[in-house]
Amino acid sequence: MSISREDIEKVAVLARIKVDGEQVSALEKDLGNILDLVDQLSAADTDSVEPMAHPLDAVQKLRPDVVTETNQREAFQAIAPATEDGLYLVPRVIE
Amino acid sequence: MHNKSVAELSRELESGRISSVELTQQFLDRLKTEDGKYNSFITISEEQALAEARAADEMRAAGKATVWTGVPFAHKDIFCTSGIRTSCGSKMLDNFVPPYDATVTANFKAAGAVCLGKTNMDEFAMGSSNESSFYGAVTNPWGLSGGDKRVPGGSSGGSAAAVAARLVPAATGTDTGGSIRQPAALCGITGLKPTYGRVSRYGMIAFASSLDQGGPMARTAEDAALMLNVMAGHDPKDSTCIDREVPDYTATLNEPLKGLKIGLPKEYFSDQLAPAMEEQVRNAIREYEKLGATVKEVSLPNAKLAIAAYYVIAPAEASANLSRFDGVRYGYRCEDPKDLMDMYTRSRAEGFGNEVKRRILVGSYALSAGYFDAYYLKAQKVRRLIQQDFINAFREVDVLMSPVSPTPAFKQGEKNTDPVSMYLEDVFTIAINLAGIPAMSVPAGFVDGLPVGLQIIGDYFSEARLLNAAHQFQQVTDWHQREPQ
Repeated sequence: MSISREDIEKVAVLARIKVDGEQVSALEKDLGNILDLVDQLSAADTDSVEPMAHPLDAVQKLRPDVVTETNQREAFQAIAPATEDGLYLVPRVIE
Repeated sequence: MHNKSVAELSRELESGRISSVELTQQFLDRLKTEDGKYNSFITISEEQALAEARAADEMRAAGKATVWTGVPFAHKDIFCTSGIRTSCGSKMLDNFVPPYDATVTANFKAAGAVCLGKTNMDEFAMGSSNESSFYGAVTNPWGLSGGDKRVPGGSSGGSAAAVAARLVPAATGTDTGGSIRQPAALCGITGLKPTYGRVSRYGMIAFASSLDQGGPMARTAEDAALMLNVMAGHDPKDSTCIDREVPDYTATLNEPLKGLKIGLPKEYFSDQLAPAMEEQVRNAIREYEKLGATVKEVSLPNAKLAIAAYYVIAPAEASANLSRFDGVRYGYRCEDPKDLMDMYTRSRAEGFGNEVKRRILVGSYALSAGYFDAYYLKAQKVRRLIQQDFINAFREVDVLMSPVSPTPAFKQGEKNTDPVSMYLEDVFTIAINLAGIPAMSVPAGFVDGLPVGLQIIGDYFSEARLLNAAHQFQQVTDWHQREPQ
């Protein structure tokens, strides 16, 4: 199964990864090969099979709705690329 | 001292013949002079290691020592270590110093173990050769005398190479599709991937959350048991971690193997396996027969679909997990972003390497509108078929045995230009992750001077039995004691 340049460009936007023209050509080949490999799945008969999300079919555990974590904002923000007044800074979104 | 096992080092410390500070300094000195040949470490945390060693000596003086107190080891650079850079082998996290410990990290600290540093790995654990690390490839200590630089396997290649080269007696690893077992096999050490949910994933940087599992890498099964005793257990911070009693994995190591029923999956002795490899694996299985085990052939008819299912599920989950690396809260941010979208797309383009980007793109594609059912849902259904094969097999036998990898360690640069040929390296290991069952790699011989691993696969939560089977084998063979020249 092949994947088109347009598909790659579209999925790169979805994945928020910048790709240039040369990279798209390389990805066309590599992703095409990977999808060929994956295509073996279509031959499997899975009509009455339930999808498996957890090997032991475990379900999410619930806990009491009480605060257990302490505020560590300073520790977390100390490793951020840019912060100000306890807020994370990003390029301006609204002019 | 560097040739001693964890168990032996622990006895040295207990006898008072050496202090942890002395022992740690010896290992650090050796690590600094020797690792240039292998590049098995990303970070050596000398200062913290010596502080931990001093604390360990005090712990012992106060009568509170455990088996691990004062014993040096290393963490794969995927386990968060408070105050020590945790890079996951990526430029994206080159500047990331976690403000917290992974549960596995905290467990070793509580036991008084001394972490010497963080081992090299494929970027975000995606790889089978340790060539995708931002910090450069790792060289296998085996095969160097032949003049070729060979891969240690991956993704836990740094841990495997460091243990094989006697730089540390033991190191942690993680295994999503074979990343503990394959490097253990290629470097001639002992590695165990536990049952999914046996070891907490909290603070272990996520690749594919329904497959990832941390586990021990050491030279002996006994040391792997000592590691798993510290690593395993329920953790409220990981909702997929199983709440089930942890046995003392060393307690059953000496059980006799008489009557053990071994199954050989015929699909794992296929033409993908090099004949010289098969001979070594079959010799190892004959040793088990001498120990009283019986052998029969079994079939895993859906095993051939494992790689295909894996390369949907793992990239899909990776694309979701790695969306957190956006240049906002931690990690790499590109220079002079012109707007928010530019910041996201360039930070990720510049921060991730090629294999990671490929997998994120495949995963995003498989999860995108119109493709979800055909790829992800289909793969999850195939996953259940694969699991059912193992469940059926374990109705007939106690353990399965097979090779770990189709070939011994290959040369650096041999497979890293073709992603699919690299993926096939994990043909015998991936189904185990999809099923969520435990499996080990045990040194079982050599081909052309390069180590061969025997894979021992067990039913859910049978880690004690696997370690017992490996330990008994190591009582009658010396493959695990061979040292690279």
